[in-house]
Amino acid sequence: MSPLSTLTPRVKTLKINGLDVSASEGEKILDVARQNGIQIPTLCQLDGLTSVGACRLCLVEVKGTPKLLPACVTSVEEGMEVTTTSERLVKYRQMILELLFSERNHICSVCVSNGHCDLQGMAQAHGMTHVRFPYLYPQQGVDASHRRYVMDHNRCILCARCVRVCDEIEGAHTWDIQGRGGDAFVITDFNQPWGESQTCTSCGKCVQVCPTGALSEKGKSVAEMTKKREFVPYLTLMREEL
Amino acid sequence: MERARIATVWLDGCSGCHMSFLDLDEALLVLADRIELVYSPLVDQKEFPENVDVTLVEGSVSSVEDEEKIRRIRSRTKILVSLGDCAVTSNVPSMRNPLKPEAILRRAYIENVTVQAQIPNQDVPPLLPEARPVHETVKVDVFVPGCPPSAGLIGSVLTELLEGRTPDLAGQVRFG
Ligand code: SF4
Ligand code: SF4
Ligand code: SF4
Ligand code: FES
Repeated sequence: MSPLSTLTPRVKTLKINGLDVSASEGEKILDVARQNGIQIPTLCQLDGLTSVGACRLCLVEVKGTPKLLPACVTSVEEGMEVTTTSERLVKYRQMILELLFSERNHICSVCVSNGHCDLQGMAQAHGMTHVRFPYLYPQQGVDASHRRYVMDHNRCILCARCVRVCDEIEGAHTWDIQGRGGDAFVITDFNQPWGESQTCTSCGKCVQVCPTGALSEKGKSVAEMTKKREFVPYLTLMREEL
Repeated sequence: MERARIATVWLDGCSGCHMSFLDLDEALLVLADRIELVYSPLVDQKEFPENVDVTLVEGSVSSVEDEEKIRRIRSRTKILVSLGDCAVTSNVPSMRNPLKPEAILRRAYIENVTVQAQIPNQDVPPLLPEARPVHETVKVDVFVPGCPPSAGLIGSVLTELLEGRTPDLAGQVRFG
């Protein structure tokens, strides 16, 4: 084997929805699917940030395993047979969305992001007309201590986009997630009020990437908060080219 | 043709869904030929009648009275429609749920009041611990989310039901 062949990425061949596709070793199912024009729904994934598999909306079936696997963090394998749509997947994606709604207090009609929310849009796209699980109505706070932004825990889906953009793009690592399971919530610094944060640069990247109305700009009223996301892949690309 | 027996009820909501229904304007005249409005905040009828074909419910189940009402309505209705986000998700009324009813009543009737501060215990039905969507209390046949659902949507849902079809709103409606 020439030394060069160890450097070039190995090519994997697999099937997605019966279509023969090829991918480089280590590539994720989601990216390969997209390159081949196959769309898989996602919520926590955002181009330009690392994938963490937090929302589970991108679940796919892989032949040979009874488990459903998140496409955004599952690497391709030689000979893999992936299915991205099936009755089972449709059912579980709907259930995941309903659970996200039932876990916090998403009251779309009085939300700053009403009409511009990824969760709301995803629910609509998946034909959701109601939530079959009992709502939990947890007591959640709102942190309005920051000069420019507001954090509303009632609307957080724990996607960790804010955590990742602040760490990976801004380099501040103000955000983190504290607690486990249903008790988890995002914090700034050591769970201090955001407005008192020593690390936050007030760049607003977290606000722009947040898929819901959990993070918003002050002074925006119901349905006014639209988000700008394009900057993330752009910044990542620029950095790679340096 | 026999007219369909239609009812509309108003539980814990703002009446916005009923207003949207009225926004059908002249389309109401077309509907009026095909339906008999047997019970509604818009007609003078005290008792919810038997044998209702379609009932549109606005609002969430928030008080003891709401709960009794919706159970009676369900037993007397063929097709029960949750109309609007309050009925479907509990929406704005559910904003009190993370708190206890006592705290809400104290805030409304004692803390913010200068004259005759007292929590009413007559004529006002006691609150349930939480405001809940209608389908958590009784079976719902058709869900029409939206705050409020548009007049056009309400009209098309009613027309579908009058034609004997179950409207499939998947993908056409959203919360909020
Ligand atoms: S505003 Fe900027 S620095 Fe502050 S948390 Fe958000 S991304 Fe991080
Ligand atoms: S605040 Fe927004 S971006 Fe951060 S975890 Fe919650 S939903 Fe995701
Ligand atoms: S859904 Fe909206 S319009 Fe209808 S009763 Fe509730 S708050 Fe009012
Ligand atoms: S997009 Fe894959 S788990 Fe969220």
